[in-house]
Amino acid sequence: MGTHAFFITLSYALTALVIAGLILRAVIDHRLQTRALTELEARGVSRRSRRG
Amino acid sequence: MPMIRDLANPTRFMSLSGALLPWVGGLAALLLAAGLYLVWFVAPADYQQGETVKIMYIHVPAAWLSLFFYMIMATSALGTLVWRHSLADVSQKAAAPIGAAFTFICLVTGSLWGKPMWGTYWQWDARLTSMLVMLLIYLGILALWRAIEEPNRAARAVSILTLVGAVNVPIVKFSVDWWNTLHQPASVFRIDGPTIHSSMLVPLLVMAVSFTLVGLALHLAGMRTEILRRRVRTLTILEAERLDAQAA
Repeated sequence: MGTHAFFITLSYALTALVIAGLILRAVIDHRLQTRALTELEARGVSRRSRRG
Repeated sequence: MPMIRDLANPTRFMSLSGALLPWVGGLAALLLAAGLYLVWFVAPADYQQGETVKIMYIHVPAAWLSLFFYMIMATSALGTLVWRHSLADVSQKAAAPIGAAFTFICLVTGSLWGKPMWGTYWQWDARLTSMLVMLLIYLGILALWRAIEEPNRAARAVSILTLVGAVNVPIVKFSVDWWNTLHQPASVFRIDGPTIHSSMLVPLLVMAVSFTLVGLALHLAGMRTEILRRRVRTLTILEAERLDAQAA
């Protein structure tokens, strides 16, 4: 890659890091919300529970 | 229209997007692998820039996606303000961090490309400055989402900010034509056709499609999570109301 290898490598590394961060954030956030929803439903909370 | 109405139902959306997401994600991964192979093992070095041209294959798709996700947000903002549809709010909110991330990638890789080619990491030229403004608008939108707790009120406020900020989209796109900039003019989407040789254009387009699919997969995933977050919020409020009623 010649004399500019540092710039090329850093560009690709940072891009990979940002995209990996987006994917990780999406996975963790989805798990957290799924767990919270499961816990609420396990406690018997549902939209129908307002009536009863 | 009936199809759009069907899709706009959050339950229907969860079911359809759940089936679609693995395919979009899988296709994105395959195309990204193919794109990276073309960039690193097939595409030639540029006669002037040498191997530094490899930065183009991530910089340019990131720039396109920055504008693409802003357009998704602007369209969703109209959906929020005109039709007051909750799925439009969800789409806006899920698109913002993805658009911001691609704008950041575009600015950083542009800067890292600029230093060896222009001799400087940064220049206050029209394209670079309007792109920085785009990042600031994205960050402002993300901050506004966090500042207002009630989702519907937040969505309306963000919609107005998004539509005002949309003025910057044509400025970014045409800045290289309207002003004399250090940044080069468009070389792919031109009336007289691309000026890039096919040996570089094909890898660039494959990378662009793969980035778009990665972005769309993240957007779908983000929308699904946001729908779950709203369900959690509703149920948490219902539980609090029930506990209050029992205590009274």
